[in-house]
Amino acid sequence: MNSRLNISLGRLRLQNPIIPASGTYGFGLEFAKLYDINCLGALCIKGTTVQPRYGNPSPRIAETEAGMLNSVGLQNPGVDKVTADILPRLRAVYHQPIVANISGFSIEEYVQLAKQMSDAEQVELIEVNISCPNVHNGGMAFGTDPSAAAEVTAAVKAVSDKPVFVKLSPNVTDITRIAIACEQAGADGLCLINTLLGMRIDLRTRKPVLANKYGGISGSCIFPLALRMVNQVSRVCQIPVIGCGGISTASDVIEMMMAGASAVEIGAANLTDPYVCMNIINELPQLMDKLGIDNLSDIIGITAR
Amino acid sequence: MQQLRFDISHNEPLTRDIFRMWLICRSEAGCRALKSVQAGQFANVSINGCFLRRPISICDIDDRRICFVYKVVGKGTAAMSEMKQGEELDILLPLGTGFNADNAGERPLLVGGGVGVPPLLLLARQLISAGKETTVVLGFNTKQDIILADEFRSMGCNLTIVTVDGSEGQKGFVTNALRLTDAGHNHTYYYACGPVAMLKALQKELGISGELSMEERMGCGFGVCMGCTCNTQDGARQVCTDGPVFDSRQLIL
Ligand SMILES: Cc1cc2nc3c(=O)[nH]c(=O)nc-3n(C[C@H](O)[C@H](O)[C@H](O)COP(=O)(O)OP(=O)(O)OC[C@H]3O[C@@H](n4cnc5c(N)ncnc54)[C@H](O)[C@@H]3O)c2cc1C
Ligand SMILES: Cc1cc2nc3c(=O)[nH]c(=O)nc-3n(C[C@H](O)[C@H](O)[C@H](O)COP(=O)(O)O)c2cc1C
Repeated sequence: MNSRLNISLGRLRLQNPIIPASGTYGFGLEFAKLYDINCLGALCIKGTTVQPRYGNPSPRIAETEAGMLNSVGLQNPGVDKVTADILPRLRAVYHQPIVANISGFSIEEYVQLAKQMSDAEQVELIEVNISCPNVHNGGMAFGTDPSAAAEVTAAVKAVSDKPVFVKLSPNVTDITRIAIACEQAGADGLCLINTLLGMRIDLRTRKPVLANKYGGISGSCIFPLALRMVNQVSRVCQIPVIGCGGISTASDVIEMMMAGASAVEIGAANLTDPYVCMNIINELPQLMDKLGIDNLSDIIGITAR
Repeated sequence: MQQLRFDISHNEPLTRDIFRMWLICRSEAGCRALKSVQAGQFANVSINGCFLRRPISICDIDDRRICFVYKVVGKGTAAMSEMKQGEELDILLPLGTGFNADNAGERPLLVGGGVGVPPLLLLARQLISAGKETTVVLGFNTKQDIILADEFRSMGCNLTIVTVDGSEGQKGFVTNALRLTDAGHNHTYYYACGPVAMLKALQKELGISGELSMEERMGCGFGVCMGCTCNTQDGARQVCTDGPVFDSRQLIL
């Protein structure tokens, strides 16, 4: 292990800042067949809900220049199955921290999820998804209103023994207002960004490509936007920020950290290049040498200071 | 699944918009991966300028090579059709759950529609070498769209061609042809790949069990993004890992 890559998220120490993003890494098991996933800083699991969810009708995937749209709609087996069946299988092959991404349709559901997940062995961080653009009357409603965001944060904080990070939506006019509301409500950290709501039309059928009409854009095309938002938020908040959105190379990681991120999540890039997280971890030391960076923790927010 | 590099050895048009590409694998690991391929599995092909990979069925293989037969429908397949001998492609393979040849019985029936025909070629080869009396019914829009007929014929399949406009073979849809020929053969099992309307008709009309190969838009192709979900009697299943081939009675189309 290379200690130059160590970072911390509050009291949680990670061997490196690389975390696969929720929904793009399953529960890690497919990747464990490809490489030793213990190289990761942490691993964020698929967004989990109280009830099992089928998700939205297909097609759920569309493409765009340097990116993709998804309208999966939180398909997952539900929290009971995740904690009872899936996490034990993950723990058999993976010994670094697990980030539990949770999505509720009411404050009560968020509270229940946070309780169950914070009791789960090896879950070291709760990531509260208040930003899923693909489900109606849930998720994102909490992410677009500062007082609702604060209410969820406080409720989850009250029942969780593990640090609580809130995952923010970019589909708002001023992300710093939501960020500050979460910080004041007691969040231990923030993660941003989730996907941006978008659309594609099939010119032949003249209908939307996605059965759900709209879907969340992710991938390289959103990187500058995510970078800007991470920078804005880290200038006004004291709590650590996990930067996410369009990261696919070691230099993207460094750029995101310079903007203010203490760690990063890598999403869509895992889908097209299954080895991307491992490759980035291996490439970081060389790139740091080239850029004269001794320790990654030295550059966090250096551009914002 | 492995991430492998292949070199294009041939890339030639079969019809005005369907191409056949043969690729050579240079690594030993790759050749081993080819040996493990099951008919009906697919590959996910990375194409310069396209963010997502393109899922393409494995049409045929030999010791070092793999064959794709693909139709130009958009940006990615158009780019593939322009690629030249010697160019390199980054491919994830083999992916998904393919056809189970053990279910065939003695007189299997294979039904393909349009660009759903390619994955049946490898299956037919396996069934015939296992000594099965293999019937193949292939449907196309018109004479100009027919692909792989000679390949199936030379293998020794009992082949029927159907075209919607009647320009070659029997006129109509594959189900029309099956109604006429089915009685004589009493097939033991069937395998099908093609448009959803065709799969639905087969599911309804054929009195025997079978397997259907599905298509859906995919994010990853290896079971992590939950992008390519289809509905089955057992609930949500992923086309990329649980499928693309499903038990015909399980699939809700
Ligand atoms: C398991 C599987 C096996 C397949 N095997 C073959 C084959 O052997 N031969 C063949 O010609 N085609 C096959 N297809 C369909 C093929 O994947 C699409 O035609 C191709 O992805 C279109 O890409 P494009 O860039 O030309 O089209 P565009 O419309 O520009 O593609 C845009 C996006 O939509 C996706 N997409 C578009 N049409 C389809 C489709 N029908 N199915 C899935 N994704 C689609 C593309 O992958 C891409 O992500 C298969 C599909 C699946 C799921
Ligand atoms: C297929 C897919 C599924 C996703 N599912 C979730 C999810 O369940 N929960 C969540 O918080 N974010 C989810 N996301 C959002 C990602 O975690 C990430 O925030 C976003 O994609 C931006 O990062 P990227 O550009 O690196 O992909 C999903 C993204 C994709 C592409």
